[in-house]
Amino acid sequence: MTDSKYFTTTKKGEIFELKGELNSDKKEKKKEAVKKVIASMTVGKDVSALFPDVVNCMQTDNLELKKLVYLYLMNYAKSQPDMAIMAVNTFVKDCEDTNPLIRALAVRTMGCIRVDKITEYLCEPLRKCLKDEDPYVRKTAAVCVAKLHDINAQLVEDQGFLDQLRELLSDSNPMVVANAVAALSEISDTSPSPAAQMEMNQQTINKLLAALNECTEWGQIFILDALSNYVPKDDREAQSICERVTPRLAHSNAGVVLSAVKVLMKGMEYVGMETEFVTTLQKKLAPPLVTLLSSEPEVQYVALRNINLIVQKRPDILKHEMKVFFVKYNDPIYVKLENWTSYPSATQENIAQVLAELKEYATEVDVDFVRKSVRAIGRCAIKVEQAAERCVSTLLDLIQTKVNYVVQEAIVVIKDIFRKYPNKYESIISTLCENLESLDEPDARASMIWIVGEYAERIDNADELLESFLEGFHDESTQVQLQLLTAIVKLFLKKPTETQELVQQVLSLATQDSDNPDLRDRGYIYWRLLSTDPAAAKEVVLAEKPLISSETDRLEPTLLDELICYIASLASVYHKPPSAFVEGQALVVRRTQLPVRSASGEPGATGATESPVPQQAQPVQQQQSVIPSHDTAMGDLLGDLLSMDLNPQPQQQMSMTPAPQQDMGGMDLLGGGLDSLLGGPSPVAGMPASQASMGGGLGDILGLGISSTTYVPPKQVWLPAPKAKGLEVSGTFSIRQNVRYMDLTLKNNAMAPMGDFAIQFNKNSFGLSPASALQVPSPLSPGQTADVTLPLGTNGPVQKMDPLMNLQVAMKNNIDVFYFSCLIPIHLLFTEDGQMGSASDRKVFLATWKDIPDSNEVQKEIANPNQLDPKGISDKLQQSFIFTIAQRNVDGRDMLYQSLKLTNGIWVLAELKIQPRSPTMTLSLKTRALDVIPQVQQAYELIIANM
Amino acid sequence: MIHSLFMINSAGDIFMEKHWKSVISRSVCDYFFEEQQKANSPEDVNPVISTPHHYLIHIYRENIYFVAVCTTEVPPLFVIEFLHRVVDTFTDYFGDGGETAIKDNYVIVYELLEEMLDNGFPLATESNILKELIKPPNILRTVVNTVTGSSNLSDTLPTGQLSNVPWRRAGVKYTNNEAYFDVIEEIDAIIDKQGSTVFADIQGVIDCCVKLSGMPDLTLSFMNPRILDDVSFHPCVRFKRWESERVLSFVPPDGNFRLISYHVGSQNMVAIPVYVKPNISFREGGGRFDVTVGPKQTMGKLVESVVITCAMPKVVLNMNLTPTQGTYTFDPVAKVLTWDVGKINPQKLPNLRGNISLQSGSPPPESNPAISVQFKIQQMAVSGLKVNRLDMYGEKYKPFKGVKYLTKAGNFQVRT
Repeated sequence: MTDSKYFTTTKKGEIFELKGELNSDKKEKKKEAVKKVIASMTVGKDVSALFPDVVNCMQTDNLELKKLVYLYLMNYAKSQPDMAIMAVNTFVKDCEDTNPLIRALAVRTMGCIRVDKITEYLCEPLRKCLKDEDPYVRKTAAVCVAKLHDINAQLVEDQGFLDQLRELLSDSNPMVVANAVAALSEISDTSPSPAAQMEMNQQTINKLLAALNECTEWGQIFILDALSNYVPKDDREAQSICERVTPRLAHSNAGVVLSAVKVLMKGMEYVGMETEFVTTLQKKLAPPLVTLLSSEPEVQYVALRNINLIVQKRPDILKHEMKVFFVKYNDPIYVKLENWTSYPSATQENIAQVLAELKEYATEVDVDFVRKSVRAIGRCAIKVEQAAERCVSTLLDLIQTKVNYVVQEAIVVIKDIFRKYPNKYESIISTLCENLESLDEPDARASMIWIVGEYAERIDNADELLESFLEGFHDESTQVQLQLLTAIVKLFLKKPTETQELVQQVLSLATQDSDNPDLRDRGYIYWRLLSTDPAAAKEVVLAEKPLISSETDRLEPTLLDELICYIASLASVYHKPPSAFVEGQALVVRRTQLPVRSASGEPGATGATESPVPQQAQPVQQQQSVIPSHDTAMGDLLGDLLSMDLNPQPQQQMSMTPAPQQDMGGMDLLGGGLDSLLGGPSPVAGMPASQASMGGGLGDILGLGISSTTYVPPKQVWLPAPKAKGLEVSGTFSIRQNVRYMDLTLKNNAMAPMGDFAIQFNKNSFGLSPASALQVPSPLSPGQTADVTLPLGTNGPVQKMDPLMNLQVAMKNNIDVFYFSCLIPIHLLFTEDGQMGSASDRKVFLATWKDIPDSNEVQKEIANPNQLDPKGISDKLQQSFIFTIAQRNVDGRDMLYQSLKLTNGIWVLAELKIQPRSPTMTLSLKTRALDVIPQVQQAYELIIANM
Repeated sequence: MIHSLFMINSAGDIFMEKHWKSVISRSVCDYFFEEQQKANSPEDVNPVISTPHHYLIHIYRENIYFVAVCTTEVPPLFVIEFLHRVVDTFTDYFGDGGETAIKDNYVIVYELLEEMLDNGFPLATESNILKELIKPPNILRTVVNTVTGSSNLSDTLPTGQLSNVPWRRAGVKYTNNEAYFDVIEEIDAIIDKQGSTVFADIQGVIDCCVKLSGMPDLTLSFMNPRILDDVSFHPCVRFKRWESERVLSFVPPDGNFRLISYHVGSQNMVAIPVYVKPNISFREGGGRFDVTVGPKQTMGKLVESVVITCAMPKVVLNMNLTPTQGTYTFDPVAKVLTWDVGKINPQKLPNLRGNISLQSGSPPPESNPAISVQFKIQQMAVSGLKVNRLDMYGEKYKPFKGVKYLTKAGNFQVRT
């Protein structure tokens, strides 16, 4: 005869049958029927249709039947509120019953009927029951207040139940006190209103402490939790609370133990720093925590999560108990994985044992577990310096096993060890490099790349290694991409000569082809750094990294302090403050203060632990720490950089112009951008000087009108449409208001719109480079033409071209990249300060003229088609920055002595003999750089012919 | 606090639900099932699961998941302890807490749950009190109930619930007054390949069966109480007297209960009573297995009920072994070798040896399996704890007293 018989009637008319039985006259049959109903209800069958019939059974003396009906009522009252009112009278009557059990039961059940209409009827009986002579009824009523508050908080406050509840805190019966505490805690947890808060003063605390010893284990948990919210007014009070709570550590209920631990952990903070009292208390904490670890696995899990917090706060507590954290193979996996939490307690004394144990685990089957073991070995190495060597050799042993995930994990931790103990264990790098191919996890790859980048100078084939990673750049995870970018930049700074290509490649990959803003931004930062100030780049990128400490997998201190206040709660399991995960309730911040704590906890801080990308983790420190020794190295580097320039001119200074025209707008098609990095520190001759002679320039502009100061050759087709999939580019060069421009006309001859235009120059003889991004109205629809001007800078990378004035250009759009070349007219490069000496002081000119050997003089007949007079010629030429220093008339011929200067600092001196009324003139040019002479001659002809 | 409870069997059926506040839809268990699917074995499901609106805290016992649903921040250990108490109560009432027992006693289970928790707050969890409120089922009572129409539900107030000794009911009467104490110690140990102890500690309990009339006040003293430095007591023990005099003074609950549990830490030397000499080796296609067990520090007591289990690697196909005593079985599905040794005769050490065959083509496993050992030693507490005397105050009669000692293996592992 078991209850399973209640489930056997699964015929069609079940409900009907039950109805009949419920209305039966026979008590016994009635009860059986109610039991059947309850059984159906418990398995989730809908028996709500029987509501009136069941309620009819309520008025009975039979306690069991009453209870069963109550059970039913609680379940279904919500769905049948009108019917539930029928039951109210019986409840009220039962609350007056002589049997306290019945009174309590009625109060209890009433609270569980979650129907608003009923709650009004509930108030009077509840008020009576709160003052009942029998403590059993009182304690039931206390809980009922919490139930009622859940249904209708306003009602509870209005009716003054909260005050009555607070009175119960000083009840003579400890069980009543415990329930009152529990009810009040729940109410204050869910209610934002100040009236609902549980005020605690010394008196209530004393009462709670008194009740603590005598109430049930559950009551103890409630009271301890309430106690932990109390802020003692001085350290003596804190001390006395701790003393009275300490015996709870010996309770057999794990919940009581952990709640007591919470009170004590908080108490210790109030007592103050390392007094004798705290030390003894710490000793007392260890055994109960250890005991928790030998209970059921679920308890172990929660205990371990909490111990994690506790040992972070006070690592000494468990330092003698390391062995209890050793893992048995049949522990559930969630327990195994948590056992690592104890490693903050590793010390020199126990490290040998711990290491042996960890090595044992590293050969286990479970992958996650093995990983954690390997990681823990690394932690130990970082934590205990004396053991580092052993840890490293253990790790090497593990790498030799060639088990893929072990190797990967080992490499990740070795990276950390390198950071902790620089220049100590680098001898093992070669072993690590052997395992390069087997790495397929982002963490491990990133770590390995970091190692290669960091120790590039010790790894002969570092560039090859990194290059091999670069091949699949786009398939890598962001973490690896970032690390690769940084590593290659490091490598470049260490070995600039061999790795230009590589760094160029990675920068372009990072900035152009990536959609990841982090990667792009980091790429730009490096790029800008390298191009404007390689010295700074070196300081930043190769800065001494702050040593990492063993705290990397720790919580942030403020968060930890906050979590300490939540020991034994869900927050301690999640390691997040409740505000981060409790939702849908007005959580009152009330338990979150420890005495010494800073303002804000940072909920996200947990995620920031053990960053695999060290650079990312400490950018600020890196930038702050400057390494003096690198400054001297920098000189060498600059020497290297300069020697690569073919430019024959002397380097004037190392002024690092913050060159706004350096903004490449993200294009690096030919690698010109990268070379501009090298060219970066070369002197910027053009721009600053142009400002100096602004006055003269202005006069010219006024004299000539607004359009163009210099001769502008007509646009030529540089890139015919058939060669560029329908894009036709024609262009010319001009100088306007002292700025050099490339004027382009883009025509879309294709059928589809074009967009995303970008332009890039190859290295050229005079270092011309785009000073800003190409601004093309985008998209360029089919048939449309756009005129574009591109300001040019003259401090780009320099390489002598053949022909000298050749400029190779790459232009990109959404379709493809196209290449073309054009000739730069040399007058574009004449500078505004080309007047040697001044009109009044010709000595400089004369001296220079004489200084240049006669072999450097080239004569040529040039045409003067318009037969201009010397004045006219002089004026015209000056508009193109060929300045007349002196004018003489010798034998009826006018002699003009002129000077001009190129952007790269080359001076050209000229003597122009003008035969009146002759279609030709004789031009003698004298310069140290003979290469430019044909071009200058050509320029003269062009300018004079086109005036 | 605890909002609802779902019981889920190994097939994934929710066969019982109980709500103490408003009803929470069963669908909340989907989060649990999700987590369950990730786990390799039933034991591996993380006990605390967070879902967007609820927190699921569960224990796994008797092949049932007891899943408690909470809506607010609660102490998880409180929930876990409570769930264990629920299962303990079921076991106490029905003999076992399994699914069949629960289904057979549906109404009692429901009544019990109702009685144990009110609005999520524990109400009566002491077995003594519960049994006063709800009578445990037994055949005789069921027959009587059916005939007389009386119920198994008491209609008196559980007296103990209000007294200062809530664990004891009033008016207990026995014709034979007796008090038995069992000192049971379990050794948890990890022994490494070389036979040296990596880790060992002792979990001890004193379980009592006290059937004394009236309100007896007992005092139990030990020869060597210093061993007990890490103890947890039944609420009945007066902590003050333990602190000052190192004696256990208490008014006992009626019937069976656990008086104290204690822990002898890893810092103390633990005498290991048995040793295992394993010799397991693998090569291509097979391997050798040779294990010998022997007594070590047993203080002359007999080691009995020795069972050796070894979870072999997955590639092991079969094992062909010969024991010098006892019987062995190899479960080829679970790959678990079980050798029931029985008693160890120190003159003739039990040995089990033979061949291992591996799946053809698979490489031999890299690591050897760990061996776990079970054993029992009667009349010895391995920690050396000894009860000195038991005194009774408050009642006039002379009770019959007895103490038994038992040492057994807890989680005793030998690495090979």
